[in-house]
Amino acid sequence: MTKKDKAEAENPQEAYLRMDRIPHIWCPGCGIGTVVTSFNEALKKNKEDLDKVAVVSGIGCTGRVAGYVKLDSFHTTHGRAVPFATGLKLANPDMKVVVFSGDGDIFGIGGNHFIHAARRNMDLVIICVNNFNYAMTGGQVAATTPTDANASTAPYGNFEYPFSIPYLADACGATYVARWTALHLRRVTKSIQEALKHRGLSIIEVITPCVTLYARRNRLGDGLNLLKYYHDKSEIIHGADTRTLGIGYQDKLIVGKFVHKEKPTFLDAMNKHLGNVLGDDYQLYGRINNGKD
Amino acid sequence: MTVTSGPGFSLMMENIGLACMHETPLVIANVQRGGPSTGLPTLTGQQDMMQAKFGSHGDYEIIALSPDSPQECFDLTIEAFNLAETYRVPVFIMTDECVGHMHEKVVIPPAEEIEVVERRWYTGPKEDYLPYKRDEDGVPPMIKAGDGYRIHTTGLTHDEHGYPVINAECQKQNVTDIIEKIRGNADKIIKLEEQEIDDAEIVVISYGITSRVAVPAVRKARKAGLKIGTMRLVTCWPFPEKRIRQLSKKIKAFVVPEINYGQMVREVQRNAFDRCKVVSVPHCGGWVHDPEDIYQAIKEASK
Repeated sequence: MTKKDKAEAENPQEAYLRMDRIPHIWCPGCGIGTVVTSFNEALKKNKEDLDKVAVVSGIGCTGRVAGYVKLDSFHTTHGRAVPFATGLKLANPDMKVVVFSGDGDIFGIGGNHFIHAARRNMDLVIICVNNFNYAMTGGQVAATTPTDANASTAPYGNFEYPFSIPYLADACGATYVARWTALHLRRVTKSIQEALKHRGLSIIEVITPCVTLYARRNRLGDGLNLLKYYHDKSEIIHGADTRTLGIGYQDKLIVGKFVHKEKPTFLDAMNKHLGNVLGDDYQLYGRINNGKD
Repeated sequence: MTVTSGPGFSLMMENIGLACMHETPLVIANVQRGGPSTGLPTLTGQQDMMQAKFGSHGDYEIIALSPDSPQECFDLTIEAFNLAETYRVPVFIMTDECVGHMHEKVVIPPAEEIEVVERRWYTGPKEDYLPYKRDEDGVPPMIKAGDGYRIHTTGLTHDEHGYPVINAECQKQNVTDIIEKIRGNADKIIKLEEQEIDDAEIVVISYGITSRVAVPAVRKARKAGLKIGTMRLVTCWPFPEKRIRQLSKKIKAFVVPEINYGQMVREVQRNAFDRCKVVSVPHCGGWVHDPEDIYQAIKEASK
């Protein structure tokens, strides 16, 4: 039995992965694979119909997730996963559409798309793997790089102010906002389970180790050292005020579920508004309550 | 479908490349204005003709149509959708501000008389479906997201499965496939409108609003005894290379007026080679040509 055959025969994830594409390209110590495992576990626990879940990724390390999950999966352009997913969702309102991409992709180059999807409460699940830098292209400074951290385009340390993803998401109108680290696997799974059931824009930020670039440039050690940092410095505060969630360099990480509220989604609002204005002439679009009505 | 002009078209270039790679049928109307940059909002131009073909990075083929009237805007939009579905390719309606703002009679036929090409759906067994396995004409059939095929598509160079394969061999196959499905069907795609071309010594090639502006110049030249034919590019891309080569062997000159510094004229020059003269009649945009300028160019070409 070759190594690959053995992995295929024994892998409990194989119903959820394109086994013909394994091994994946991620570095040893990287946290993306563990987030994918959590996602698969959430699909399993939720008993999701896998034919009705799609994954859309942008570009970057996390952008490669779409290539490994055994679902309808789309690898798009840099930063544009959210608009692609918006189109997919609006054309297929009965599908659950998940954006799986990185911090640079969703909040750097695609930041504008994110804020409008959040504003509209578009019914998407966004899983953002935050490794604090643009890893695939060589560790450049990102919108999430903590101040003072070193990056290949900030060789004397980063002097910019980073985005706090939960604060940004909350301010823009997201209706489910959580943050975890790659150490909090069960909690990531639980959050993804909740997000898949939530109607509206859900964003789950997962802080993960980038051993090859971020950690190496900052002399932070290997994956285990970073998990130890998450263990020592993270504090779970559910419902924390999102204004307090900024991340300093190697500083405290406040994690938890910060926002979980009901608000009409884009399609709910469209159907309600056009139904009011046009009356009987208007035919409801999509399934307004996940097909229940 | 979406509608834009130059600046919006520039912003869309990245994802036009993705559509070429994913082989997504789509239609974009570009109501051209003068550029570059913000250029001339609300004033006419035909300056995005090369961008339509080459604007996104890498090698690919697209289809571009150029209507010269409101009626043709209607007809060619239907044609654009049909071509997009037939070849799984972005199709551009490269019109201009003049045609875009023009008021003319448009005959809209009853819906049942309009020919609509249905998307080519895959019909074989589910387990045998490969997203980029091509039919004989080079175009792969499609399925719908959510129907259980669980496909993967990517902007990366990919094989029949839609899986990324990053090497020169797969790149050759992938690029050849997306180019040849258009080039190999160019004769079926290309539409030209030719007049009095059989015994012509000079052929005026134009498209969009410029083909209408050229009419008085052509009429005046015929009155002056010159043998003038006209060719209107209804399809600009793929370019009618064969036809230009054919004509270049028997005529004296092509005259190419267009509202840019000379774009499609390059294609004419490339295909006419040195077999006949090629005279460009450029215009920087903001307004249409003075027909007199086109007439003078025809007179010059006839010498």
